[in-house]
Amino acid sequence: MSNFSKAAHLSPATLRHDVHMAPTRDGYGIGVVELGENDERIAVLCADLAESTRSNLFREKFPERFIEMGVAEQNMANVAVGLSLNGKIPFIATYAVFSPGRNWDQIRISSCYNNANVKFIGAHAGISVGPDGGTHQALEDIALTRVLPNMTVLVPCDSEEARKAIHAAAKINGPVYIRLARVATPVFTTEKTPFTVGKALQLRDGDDVAIIGAGPIMHSALVAAHQLVEKGISCRVINLPTIKPIDSDAIEQAARSCRAIVTVEEHQIFGGVGSAITEVLAQTYPVPVEFIGMHNSFGESGTPEELLHKYRMDAPAIVRAVLKVIKRK
Amino acid sequence: MERLTTEADLTRMANTVRKDIIKMLLAAGSGHSAGPLDLADIATALYFNILNFSPKQKTDPDRDRLYVSCGHTAPVWYAVLARAGFFPIEELQTLRKLGSRLQGHIDRLTTPGIESSAASLGQGLSIACGSAYASKMDKKTYQTYVLLSDGEHDEGSTWEAISFAGHYKLSHLTAIIDRNNIQIDGPTETVMKKENLKDRYEAFGWHVIEINGHNMEAIIDACNEAKAIVEYPVCIIAHTIAGKGVDFMEYKFEWHGNPPNKEQARDALRQLRSLDNKINPSDL
Repeated sequence: MSNFSKAAHLSPATLRHDVHMAPTRDGYGIGVVELGENDERIAVLCADLAESTRSNLFREKFPERFIEMGVAEQNMANVAVGLSLNGKIPFIATYAVFSPGRNWDQIRISSCYNNANVKFIGAHAGISVGPDGGTHQALEDIALTRVLPNMTVLVPCDSEEARKAIHAAAKINGPVYIRLARVATPVFTTEKTPFTVGKALQLRDGDDVAIIGAGPIMHSALVAAHQLVEKGISCRVINLPTIKPIDSDAIEQAARSCRAIVTVEEHQIFGGVGSAITEVLAQTYPVPVEFIGMHNSFGESGTPEELLHKYRMDAPAIVRAVLKVIKRK
Repeated sequence: MERLTTEADLTRMANTVRKDIIKMLLAAGSGHSAGPLDLADIATALYFNILNFSPKQKTDPDRDRLYVSCGHTAPVWYAVLARAGFFPIEELQTLRKLGSRLQGHIDRLTTPGIESSAASLGQGLSIACGSAYASKMDKKTYQTYVLLSDGEHDEGSTWEAISFAGHYKLSHLTAIIDRNNIQIDGPTETVMKKENLKDRYEAFGWHVIEINGHNMEAIIDACNEAKAIVEYPVCIIAHTIAGKGVDFMEYKFEWHGNPPNKEQARDALRQLRSLDNKINPSDL
């Protein structure tokens, strides 16, 4: 079938209609319970959003290690710091618009400057949050977190990768931000798909253009790459689940062999994944780049599909970006 | 490190700490004078009498924890830590200098004995709540102390933490408020009203003790009382005189964020030295 990279071990159903669907937040809920079973130090703090962040799964299993914080994200971030300085590994969960949105100062000084072992779950990130509208669609959280020294930033592409990211985050001794989405999206990676913090993963081989990005939008990137085969364009697709520390080698290599790049993300293009990629390119091997993402505006209410279409973050938009960037080679 | 038990010894140490603060600020050429000076008695009582904490116990899981929320009062904490043997006293002269372990605001990663970095106000009480909650989870009996300024009660995040501690009845938590009535822009009641702090804390489920923050016996008694209360978190409102010990700094908000110049430092040290002679057991 497709030109999937063998090493990626993608689901055979990846491009089929019967591909399994689940939101990335499910991967967190499942992953943190798995962690809790094997490690007494794991604690979960939630700011009055236990069910929608899937922290309720941990609450049911380990009530004595779950702390209800009320709607107080600033206090939540720093109670977690106090716990971490005393041997716990706290995960704090709420919507990304509130954390890191509301409590960025706490994250900057008490977690990052202090190098505290706190894990930040930013749920409901991206335009695909949908009907709640622009207030609730976090499109700035990657920029806010990746600018902070000591912080690791993870953006999983599906619920299975999210589960692995949660396990990986617990092994890091320091602050980690993990970005999650609300809506169910294709689960196209499998248990066998490798996940290493700091490493990009090539999902599809190709030499004309490289599509690089992070989050559930990577599935649209695979769909776009598949459609481009008809036009005789061979796309490399690279999943970049770790935004920080970034895999410079994989990005440079893609630029050298494809000589044109499209970056994809459900985030403002200023300061996000595309920015991180082009920071690497500018210093290693500059090539033409097109940016898929939010172009300096807020979102609005609508279904995820409508919004991804209107704001040009769906597969057809990626196809157009590829055609455009090829002309600039 | 030697535990000091008499009021005379503690008061003498506090005066030494005040002299250290003036010398450090003069050498640094910038920094905060008023808060560190008025905290000298409380800081001395904590490190030389109250806390179960010494240079040998830096990572002891059963040690008492002290979190400082107002990170700008760094000089007084550096002085007591040095005097308590956490690092050499000579190092105090490196305050705020390039490469120093003594950063302008307290830094956990550089200074031995500092439990958590702090600077942006309104954060320390939350961190202390996490520490007290951890002791509850681990069924440990160490006491968590946190030092707050009165000014940082303007921050909403401070009240989130006050609410949390009251809700979860964090009884191993003692918050000490340096009620010196000044902040950068003026007297606290002019900048943003803070009366009546006692009633406010009580409304959130805390037990409140009010003391003279320059009376060693009162400081130690209040901390012992706080430790004995097992139903509620305890707040000690310590009434202090900003800039205490140096007459031209006392009560003056203008000294919140400024260091003395050479002449002022000489005058301040002369005043503090003259206090030394006065402190002997027969005077107390």
